[in-house]
Amino acid sequence: MLLIKFLVAAIGASTPLLFGTLGEICSEKVGHLNLGVEGMMSIGACAGFMVGMQSDSFLLALLCAFAAGVMSALIYAVLTVTFLADQNVSGLTLTIFGVGLANFIGIYMLERTEDGTLKLGEGITQAIRAVHIPGLSDLPVVGELLFSYSPFVYLGIVAAIAVSLFLSRTKAGLNVQAIGHNPAAADAAGINVTFWKYTMILLGGGICGVGGAYCSMIINSGVWISDNVGGLGWISVALVIFAKWRPVYAIWGAFIFGALRVLKYYVPNTVVSLPTAFYDMLPFAMTALILVISSIRKKRDRNLPGNLGVNYFREER
Amino acid sequence: MKKLLSLLLSGAMACTLLTGCGGDTPSAGSQAGAEGNPSASGGLFEAVPKDEIKVGVVHISNPAEGTGYTYTHDLGIQGMQENLGLSDEQIIRKNDIDDQDATKIQTALEELVEEGCNIIFATSWGYMDYVEQIAAEYPEVIFCHGTGYKSNGSNFTNYFGKINQARYLSGIAAGMKTESNKIGYVAAQNNENGEVTSGIDAFAMGVESVNPDAKVYVKVTGSWFDPEGEGQAAKALIDMGCDVIAQHCDTANPALEAQNAGVYAVGYNSDMTEKAPGSTLTSVMWDWSVYYTQAVQSVIDGTWTGENYFGDMADGLVTLAPCSDLCAEGTQEKIDEVKNQILSGEWDVFDGVTEYQTNDGQTVTLLAEDYGSCNWYYRNVELA
Repeated sequence: MLLIKFLVAAIGASTPLLFGTLGEICSEKVGHLNLGVEGMMSIGACAGFMVGMQSDSFLLALLCAFAAGVMSALIYAVLTVTFLADQNVSGLTLTIFGVGLANFIGIYMLERTEDGTLKLGEGITQAIRAVHIPGLSDLPVVGELLFSYSPFVYLGIVAAIAVSLFLSRTKAGLNVQAIGHNPAAADAAGINVTFWKYTMILLGGGICGVGGAYCSMIINSGVWISDNVGGLGWISVALVIFAKWRPVYAIWGAFIFGALRVLKYYVPNTVVSLPTAFYDMLPFAMTALILVISSIRKKRDRNLPGNLGVNYFREER
Repeated sequence: MKKLLSLLLSGAMACTLLTGCGGDTPSAGSQAGAEGNPSASGGLFEAVPKDEIKVGVVHISNPAEGTGYTYTHDLGIQGMQENLGLSDEQIIRKNDIDDQDATKIQTALEELVEEGCNIIFATSWGYMDYVEQIAAEYPEVIFCHGTGYKSNGSNFTNYFGKINQARYLSGIAAGMKTESNKIGYVAAQNNENGEVTSGIDAFAMGVESVNPDAKVYVKVTGSWFDPEGEGQAAKALIDMGCDVIAQHCDTANPALEAQNAGVYAVGYNSDMTEKAPGSTLTSVMWDWSVYYTQAVQSVIDGTWTGENYFGDMADGLVTLAPCSDLCAEGTQEKIDEVKNQILSGEWDVFDGVTEYQTNDGQTVTLLAEDYGSCNWYYRNVELA
């Protein structure tokens, strides 16, 4: 029974990672390494929480988190796509800016409360809690394992599958992948490179923003805490490599990382007694291991966008 | 050209270092003088006029977030400010100083010294070694470090208190409430940290005093501030079947997780009824204003002795929030009974005489002041 509880907790812990990873895949597929995931998630977290608190509407909070993520990604897109600024520096700046802005707004709002607490209302709290589907949720084991999550979890999985289908099954998706591999060739083939770069980077930002909303609304049970994304954005950037740039693999990757993050609380100390630091290290040791293995294999991953990290300047063709 | 430039620069640096030392010597001398013949009022330092004193504070997070450790310390600072009638400009705060970030801590402390603080409170455990260093560098400034164990008897002192008295009492509330006889405890650090460990033991003894069948299950986050981990640890304990969750960590997340799951919680630092009214039985709390007022007053009066501070319930430093309606019947009465024994000095949690059995079969004693050396778990505690 503890195993089921562990799996449920792991899926919960993996959800923000899934959104972050998915968002970053969208951006990297058009060749833009956006290190601003943490910042975009933070801005989404702040927008989602504040709007959710004021309006008590989950849908509105979700839309605002998405929109805020899009707006923050727009900064990055303008800098790197239009002005050809360095991608790494722009992304890092976005992270520093995003985390700072979210904390600033949080503290600003906190100082205006009477009891120093920002808390989501009853209506939205009910809406973001575990769903209850009559019949299905009551099934033993299966009900708990499949039908007992926050709507965010299902949304994340649906989004991952949708992005996957878009990238591999539609003409536009293939065009997008072509841009990531060789923007000059794509341009010559008549694909609107700038349009798709903007679209994918902004879409990625929006998805990250929704992941941020999970962090601020669910992780701390609906109470605002500064730095509520807390480094999950960075783990997401690493997870993209782990998932080999495939949205569906991102589901498994995020799940494994989520499981490793809660593992230390679910392994009974009476069975195996290891220091907590060992568990904290696991996800990162795992990433290093995957990197080593994939570089030994030498086989070039066809999903890795060939032109990742390089800006495209048409006149230099 | 480059060589010449670096030579010039290093020369300039040497000059500033020399003049810096020169500047320091007289103050060090006057310090020695002060120690040699104490001021009329009996302190190690000259009295500082009330309207000139500056108080520095280093916080690990931002006190605006209305619960937890930093908030509680800042309430203490605000209380001190009110008690002594200091203006806002006389209190300088450095917020969000991560206790793992050496540069950040050093910069914060040095900035406070430069801004002319007479007394600096470093509120988090992890600042200890840095405070020790800087106290040696600036003997004319008083540094007070909370919750640690190091001090130098003059300008670097330590302050803490018998929080274990309140933890014992909160254990009574938990022990009377639990039905599954499984009580969870989210701990920031493992048994190498005496502060956390002695707190768990005191809590477990309180539980045992009213419910000998109950066990206390401990999960360690490994961090003083880890909102996500604190919630996850609490959830894991609830998943194990615990129906009361106590905590030694910063956020209200364990109490909130308990509320989500429909079980109960014992809060820490500040009264967590505000954030988790659906789960909080009571909260173990600090009233730091008691100490901050006394410390700053002694600097103003010139009566600073350089002694460490260790307050208790009788001083008002350690308190327990009133029991909420969620508590089992008779809890408040039972707690008041034991509390009166503590207040009258008739009985104490760790008196240095009573022998306790640990969970690995040893027999130990502990004096409350030696909490730092406590690395054993009481017999009804299990590291889960």
